Amino acid sequence: MKAVCWYGKGDVRVMNVPDPKIINPHDAIIRITTTAICGSDLHLYNGYIPTMEDGDILGHEFMGEVVETGREVSRLKKGDRVVVPFTIACGGCFFCHKQLWSLCDNTNPNARMLEKVYGFSGSGLFGYSHLYGGYAGGQAEYVRVPFADVGPIKIPEGLSDEQVLFLSDIFPTGYMAAENCQIEPGDTVAIWGCGPVGQFAIKSAWLLGAGRVIAIDEVPERLRMAATEGKAETISFSEADVFEQLKEMTGGRGPDACIDAVGLEAHGTSADALYDRAKAAVFLATDRPTVLRQVISACRKGGTVSIPGVYGGLLDKIPFGAAFAKGLTFRMGQTHVHRYLAPLLERIQKGEIDPSFVITHRLPLQDAPYGYRIFRDKQDNCIKIVLKP
Amino acid sequence: MAMTEGMTTENPQFHSLQRSAHHDRQINLNDTERWISGLAGGALAFYGLRHGGWTGLLIAFAGGSLIYRGATGHCDIYAALGLNSAEGKRPGASVQHGQGIRIEKSVTISKPASELYQFWRNVENLPRLMTHLESVRRIDDRRSHWVAKAPAGMTVEWDAEIINEKENELIAWQSLAGAQIPNAGSVRFEQAPNGRGTRVKVALNYEPPAGKLGSLLAKLFGEEPEQQVAEDLRHFKQFMEAGEMPTTAGQPSGRSATSGSRK
Repeated sequence: MKAVCWYGKGDVRVMNVPDPKIINPHDAIIRITTTAICGSDLHLYNGYIPTMEDGDILGHEFMGEVVETGREVSRLKKGDRVVVPFTIACGGCFFCHKQLWSLCDNTNPNARMLEKVYGFSGSGLFGYSHLYGGYAGGQAEYVRVPFADVGPIKIPEGLSDEQVLFLSDIFPTGYMAAENCQIEPGDTVAIWGCGPVGQFAIKSAWLLGAGRVIAIDEVPERLRMAATEGKAETISFSEADVFEQLKEMTGGRGPDACIDAVGLEAHGTSADALYDRAKAAVFLATDRPTVLRQVISACRKGGTVSIPGVYGGLLDKIPFGAAFAKGLTFRMGQTHVHRYLAPLLERIQKGEIDPSFVITHRLPLQDAPYGYRIFRDKQDNCIKIVLKP
Repeated sequence: MAMTEGMTTENPQFHSLQRSAHHDRQINLNDTERWISGLAGGALAFYGLRHGGWTGLLIAFAGGSLIYRGATGHCDIYAALGLNSAEGKRPGASVQHGQGIRIEKSVTISKPASELYQFWRNVENLPRLMTHLESVRRIDDRRSHWVAKAPAGMTVEWDAEIINEKENELIAWQSLAGAQIPNAGSVRFEQAPNGRGTRVKVALNYEPPAGKLGSLLAKLFGEEPEQQVAEDLRHFKQFMEAGEMPTTAGQPSGRSATSGSRK
């Protein structure tokens, strides 16, 4: 089969590799009908995530048709059309029972590696380095899905691939980011980063009762999408002092909740952003937390900071004193995708949201290397790419 | 300083301390350990001399000390620690007091103690979890025959006997006379509060071949017994909670690609 494989910083290739096989009794094999490139795939592409190996198959947003099931799979059968969550959960551990699916105890075969870095290990992830299990991803023609009775959701007829594909990651991720804001009616929610997750966080904040949504970015087409599709007020961080402007817009109080939908590779032109770049360049720090500093500073007293953006290592110059003094609440982590599949599918069916609005590019799988390039460089107004095997 | 909890209560023999008080320059290594010391020392010295430089010299010196240790049968470190692998074994003790390696690990599993106990009590199940075991064969209700993988494709075998058990709470065992690697262990099942599953605590004592030096060498070459026990317990948890042990062995990647493009 054809699969998109990682070969180092800025180097992905479409390779002919063997088809996946059932390995464990709860596995299923899915023939992929639509897949996508995620913003977090760019962290791999840019070489920020350790323990990638040459030839690893990428991709964690995918859907398709069940073609084979392991002997202990009972809920899925051949021919079912499913969307697969990017987090792999066993369904039987303490964390799965608590609906904290992305913290599953049992699905990372390399848990020992992650425990060395973080003390504990979360769930395995598709196509996201060997620290997270080394599972082959879904930017391919076929994929092996472990614990097939626990994760995949069956899609009823009448919905297109593009309407439901993003249930695999970015829609639940944006939704959980908004849910983590504990929005009360009338709240002002500010969202840094108008990539796909930011766009879904904007829509979700409205769905959850926000009174005002303010979106922050510098890329014109992303701000435009936030304004037109998301009905958000916008700030371009390259043209304004974000802190001052937010304070002004909220009558001196600051937003009730702030979402960092950017994560470890923030861009910026401020002094601290240049400092982060210098430190990361000589390996004195791993992440560039410009946005995290801003959300902590901008959030109102007693407000909530929600972090769907990925961080990986040790962060420098975090104004924790300000966070403490203001009594902020922090909510973060990988998305518990399983928890949101059914309720969000229902919202799509009811027409409350059509997630396909973020798609700007549709490419054959063969063109994935080009797709990664334009997505990274934000060329050709690229916001979201779907791939067709 | 005692054996596993389960055994100390039932087997007071483990409490007795037998240690000769006068070691000085005496032989305090057994024959196996002397041989291994000599061979490993030779290899290290050879490597050190070929390596050259200060590092090489240090390695060669360490190798020389091991050769001396093997040839004389005396180890200053053992003498300083009050250890002796040359003394005869007391009958009845599978691991001499104060001589073995002791490992303790625990894990919480979201299943009732009875289910976990049943699985473990059927000792023939254990090779499914413990990747270093080749097989465990039941002889009778209390005794079983164990075959474990050893480095360089060899195997180690022994008979073990359950010496203490309490249904759904405790299983304790020890190897019988003639074991190549004398060992003893216990597993406890404790109910966590408020229905939060069962805490499983494993304690293992074993006497590595070639004594503490042997276990140090094993660590150098990547065989870490403590990590092994932790992984075995992880497998137990995965098997009981998830019904299988997750793996990615055998999945495709670009490393097995036939062709490709990087357009």
